[in-house]
Amino acid sequence: MATIEMRSVSKKYGNVEVLRDIDLNIADGEFIVLVGPSGCGKSTLLRMVAGLEPITGGDFTIGGKLMNDVPPRDRDIAMVFQSYALYPHMTVGRNMGFSMEIRKTPKRERLGPVAGAAATLGLDKLLDRYPKALSGGQRQRVAMGRAIVRDPKAFLFDEPLSNLDAALRVEMRLEIARLHQRLSTTMIYVTHDQVEAMTLADRIVVLDAGRIQQVGTPLDLYERPANRFVATFIGSPNMNILDATAVEGGMQIGKSPVIAAPKGAVQLGIRPEHLGLAHQGAGDIDVTAQLVERLGSDTNIYTESPDLGSILLRVHGNVDVNAGDAIGLTLTRDKLHFFDTAGNSIARQS
Amino acid sequence: MASAFRPSPVMVTLKYAAILGYVAFALFPLYWLVKIALTPDALIFSDGTALWPSALTFDNFRKVIFQSDFMGYFTNSVIVSLSTAAATTLIAAAAGYAFSRFRFRGKGIVIALMLLTQMFPLLMIIAPIYKIVSSLGMLNSLTSLIVVYTAFNIPFATFLMQSFFDGIPKDLEEAAMIDGCTRPQALRLVILPLTLPGLAATLGFVFTAAWSELLFALMLISKNDAMTFPVGLLTFVSKFSVDWGQMMAAGVLALVPSCLFFFFIQRYLVQGLTSGAVKG
Repeated sequence: MATIEMRSVSKKYGNVEVLRDIDLNIADGEFIVLVGPSGCGKSTLLRMVAGLEPITGGDFTIGGKLMNDVPPRDRDIAMVFQSYALYPHMTVGRNMGFSMEIRKTPKRERLGPVAGAAATLGLDKLLDRYPKALSGGQRQRVAMGRAIVRDPKAFLFDEPLSNLDAALRVEMRLEIARLHQRLSTTMIYVTHDQVEAMTLADRIVVLDAGRIQQVGTPLDLYERPANRFVATFIGSPNMNILDATAVEGGMQIGKSPVIAAPKGAVQLGIRPEHLGLAHQGAGDIDVTAQLVERLGSDTNIYTESPDLGSILLRVHGNVDVNAGDAIGLTLTRDKLHFFDTAGNSIARQS
Repeated sequence: MASAFRPSPVMVTLKYAAILGYVAFALFPLYWLVKIALTPDALIFSDGTALWPSALTFDNFRKVIFQSDFMGYFTNSVIVSLSTAAATTLIAAAAGYAFSRFRFRGKGIVIALMLLTQMFPLLMIIAPIYKIVSSLGMLNSLTSLIVVYTAFNIPFATFLMQSFFDGIPKDLEEAAMIDGCTRPQALRLVILPLTLPGLAATLGFVFTAAWSELLFALMLISKNDAMTFPVGLLTFVSKFSVDWGQMMAAGVLALVPSCLFFFFIQRYLVQGLTSGAVKG
């Protein structure tokens, strides 16, 4: 187990800077999730931690030791790849014990840890099989088993669940959460799936265009996003961003009543679940329902306002609204987010 | 509906007839080679174009093996072909791995140059090659053939090997390096076993190419003791006659190593030629 620190870490390919000014302290045993859109640099950052990509600038330490130029094999980390990266010509057992085989651990001593990890992951009956004879979920388990056998200072996961189907993904997500609970080892997990991020993370690091946008607990990011990017990236469905007009005493969106807003705010954000359904004329904004998605537990209503464009509303349970209905929306005042011209959040006035 | 897609018996018969015709056409020269090799000398001309010899003999084989220099040519060919195949595969595997895995300055230029060498007919460069080999004092040596064959086979073999390495995910090496391997260890323990089909395919192609090469062997070798068998076959042609029976017997014997070689590597070869075509 170890702390991981990055100070002004950057990465360049030629003249192209893909990561810059990355400052991050990861506590011992913490579960950190790196999220961001494709190409934001999250996988590159993970590969830099693993030692698979050289670091162009800044300092990177594991357990207080500078690791910038230390090869992957000496970093004492284990990594689970998106493609599983199982050695196809080795049995499951040999795959899992390969790290010990390389370190010349006698075969007898290898059996214990391999059997232990296999038992934890329900792989005990598959040890003599080859990876090609396994299902996707089983392969993922073997990849995790291989990492567990290492007993490393930190686990790295690079989108480990993205090749699995939806049901299996939920199952494996729980498996990873349990693994972290049991081992309490530092884990860094890369994903573009925000449900994975929200459910697994102690803290989430949101990256965009090679920069950290915000670091915080899942609820922190949900309730207090630092900027418009984080506000729209975290939370599903996405937050509605509405252009506002400054008026005396606050702001107005479309023909809404005046809303109290901090100075400098030019946009208002509200999550679909924080909008309320009202009769036309009785709410803050009047809209027309365009499409209704009934999920059973919730109903998503995609609406259109002539002044504000598309607005999504999520209502708990089932409601009697159909496409084409004219409805009203109410804004939950204490759930509003305000953004300035640069897209940064402005704190609500209390 | 299903009956609409059932092929008519006539079409099936025609298809098989066409395939049979093609196979017969392709294998006929081979049959003729064996037939003439087994026909007694006296009957070669009197039998003419009869499909089956009126008498069989192994005399031609006995003469070729025990009374001609063929075994010497044969040994030379084995040395040249095996050395060429081994050297080319080794160099091509290293080059292919570098092209597949590393980014380095001048990579594009090297690849373009290698492609360029494949564009010219060998006949065009045979004179300069002769000049170079001659000024190096390497004429009439098997080494000259090995060097020249290796040089000419490397580009194709490199591209072949590169495509095999491209088919092996980078993740595997990276996983091995995280597991504790150095890059050479990852290469030896993880990548090499997965590249065996590629190595076998490359060995096979290069071996066959070197085994049957005539042009350079004819130009660079004139002494009997350094001749490879394609050149040696010409010794069965004398000023006034051609010893067809022995020549054909020598040809049949020359097929043996190629067949054996392919017999041993065919398991990898089939796998090799189809790997990467479909996922998994």
